[in-house]
Amino acid sequence: MSDREPTPTPLRLRIPQPARGKHPPDRVRYISAAGEMAKPALDEKVERIALMRKQLVRVLDEDGSAVGDWVPEMSVDEKKQGLRTMLLVRSYDARMLQAHRQGKISFYMRSLGEEAIACAQQAALRPGDMHFPTYRQPGLLISSEYPLVTMMNQVLSNAEDPLHGRQLPVMYSSKAHGFFSISGNLATQYIQAVGWAMASALRGGTEIASAWIGEGATAESDFHAALVFASTYQAPVILNIVNNHWAISTPEDFARGASATFADRGYGFSIPALRVDGNDYLAVYAASQWAAERARTNLGPTLIEWITLRVGAHSTSDDPSVYRPPEEAAQFPLGDPVDRLRQHLVHLGEWDDAQHEALQEEVDAQVDEAFAEASSHGSVKSGDVGSAKTMFDDVYAELPRHLREQRDRLEELP
Amino acid sequence: MTSMTMIEAIRDAHMVAMERDDTVVVFGEDVGYFGGVFRCTQGLQERFGDHRCFDTPISEAGIVGAAVGMAAYGLRPCVEIQFADYMYPAYDQIVSEAARLRHRSAGDFTAPLVIRMPTGGGIFGGQTHSQSPEALFTHVAGLKTVVVSNPYDAKGLLIAAIEDDDPVIFLEPKRVYNGPFDGHPDRPIVPWSKHPLGEVPEGHYRIEVGTARLHREGSDLTVLTYGTMVHVAEAAAEEHGLDAEIIDLRTLVPLDVDTIVASVTKTGRCLVMHEATLTSGFGAELAATVQERCMFHLEAPIIRVCGWDTPYPHAHEWSYFPGPARVGYAMRELMDA
Ligand SMILES: Cc1ncc(C[n+]2csc(CCOP(=O)(O)OP(=O)(O)O)c2C)c(N)n1
Repeated sequence: MSDREPTPTPLRLRIPQPARGKHPPDRVRYISAAGEMAKPALDEKVERIALMRKQLVRVLDEDGSAVGDWVPEMSVDEKKQGLRTMLLVRSYDARMLQAHRQGKISFYMRSLGEEAIACAQQAALRPGDMHFPTYRQPGLLISSEYPLVTMMNQVLSNAEDPLHGRQLPVMYSSKAHGFFSISGNLATQYIQAVGWAMASALRGGTEIASAWIGEGATAESDFHAALVFASTYQAPVILNIVNNHWAISTPEDFARGASATFADRGYGFSIPALRVDGNDYLAVYAASQWAAERARTNLGPTLIEWITLRVGAHSTSDDPSVYRPPEEAAQFPLGDPVDRLRQHLVHLGEWDDAQHEALQEEVDAQVDEAFAEASSHGSVKSGDVGSAKTMFDDVYAELPRHLREQRDRLEELP
Repeated sequence: MTSMTMIEAIRDAHMVAMERDDTVVVFGEDVGYFGGVFRCTQGLQERFGDHRCFDTPISEAGIVGAAVGMAAYGLRPCVEIQFADYMYPAYDQIVSEAARLRHRSAGDFTAPLVIRMPTGGGIFGGQTHSQSPEALFTHVAGLKTVVVSNPYDAKGLLIAAIEDDDPVIFLEPKRVYNGPFDGHPDRPIVPWSKHPLGEVPEGHYRIEVGTARLHREGSDLTVLTYGTMVHVAEAAAEEHGLDAEIIDLRTLVPLDVDTIVASVTKTGRCLVMHEATLTSGFGAELAATVQERCMFHLEAPIIRVCGWDTPYPHAHEWSYFPGPARVGYAMRELMDA
């Protein structure tokens, strides 16, 4: 090396770090004021919509009033219904967590703090549409009035579990309620949703699909396959990314890389993308409706990054105190979805503390009643799990010889 | 009856299935406008329109993942992976999704789809156009795995696979697309028009998934094989003057155990063959099955002739490929044991 050449710089990587209790909960970037964002026409150019990807669609302001272009047409009753559904999801969630603590179930995953996204989107969609959810959208089922008892039977893995104890708790499935069977393998459902939406369009149907993914799982290649297919075929699908800031212990930075937001992901595929306050029931409803309307009128896919916070642990197997600041939820700048809708109803003069308490009691009683019934069928912990023989059913449409022989063998055993 | 190549037979099966059932859709890389790199889907888009047969981005996970979603909607997708060597990006969608959807949802959602892929070697394709990954499918609960060896079976089995309510992996040994290959690369290709199995009925017929075919009756030994190796076995037996009974398994899962047992019980000797690598290959499953069910009829240990446990080579293809010399050698060994 000649004297004149500069010393080469040793190469380094940027390794994002979890907060480890030190990081203040200020990681939500680009928070717009409620009502600040204009609502684009359904067929607005993707380049113009792209300007919104570092902003945040919000409807409810600090005082609980609904402001701006995005205020949805929604009756007071619909709002009350939304509040009730979110409370029911939350009460269900708390009851299941308690059941885990009592040793009645093997595993559970909460959706605490993220209720508005699933509940309001379900309210904005129609029967016949199909969701391809992750484990964190029980609100989709509860909003579509799927029986709580059946959900609980699945979580208890008891003899009444419609899935015969084949899946981990919370991996529900209900075609009739537009809820695709949940896979434990992250991201696989995203491209399947696009395929389902393509099928609807190939057949000249009118139903749309809604794909769900956590921000962490967007790093999977299936996510990119989904965006390519959705963009190429202009499939009638809503591409939801629930950014709850955590993927187990991993902060959002890992999956997002150096991009500013997850909504950025849409732009490279020419897919209109919004960034929306996921704790604002009205904003979720309005944005979902906008995206659904685009899909229903052959304007193609819409990507929505929902900003929210995973308030609880990742699952009952997780201890977040190791990696996240304890005050994070309290300081989260977008608040709590239940509190905010409640405040809005109060602001409208349609709600008060007494009504709220009564509603809380009512949903808690509903959950308790359902749990009493579900528990009466026992659980995986009490060994009330139905016949092991059912394990051989549904592997194929018809039982093939080798499975028949294996099933016979199982039965023969002393 | 019309004389067809295996490519034409596969094309015809698509035509018949798509004609009968408008929920059958066909897609994959270069599959629509162009008709596939091996031309197996040629003419489908023209005949049925681009909402029934279309091209996709180069994303195997995308192709199979979308197919699972479409099947859940109620369609019967029949998709092509351009070469079996490129199915790995789709493997998660095959194993964790297509194969298990019916079970995990207790029949609420199902995945009646066919995943076709050209497989196997013999075309100087090197390690990325020659693999035989069938054992990676037979090991997965919920999948059916078919490997065809001739035009007649290819058409009847593809129609049955498309009509099947379970996901079917449909492997097409590309070396026999245009004629039965006996394992002698230096000899001129014999076209299917000169072979009885190149005679293909018109219209709809099914060969049931899960049924083997007695390719050649014999008394000296039983050969259990499938795909290209069926023809190699035939040549090897002839060249070594052995009266081999050759069973073309056609479907690996579910396996036609009765046909296997009847033959080995009769001959008392069993040779298992495939192009795929030896270790943990489907041959191990066959050997175990024969041992469990025919132990007291066996007069010699079961022998496996398979690809070596190396990546598939380019320059040394004919040292890798289990051709008639290697097969014949093993047959003699089996007879002398
Ligand atoms: C393919 C795959 N890899 C890893 C896991 C293990 N895993 C389960 S949940 C999870 C974190 C997912 O985070 P995110 O997508 O942000 O969703 P969230 O849990 O926050 O809702 C991981 C790594 C898995 N289930 N599947």
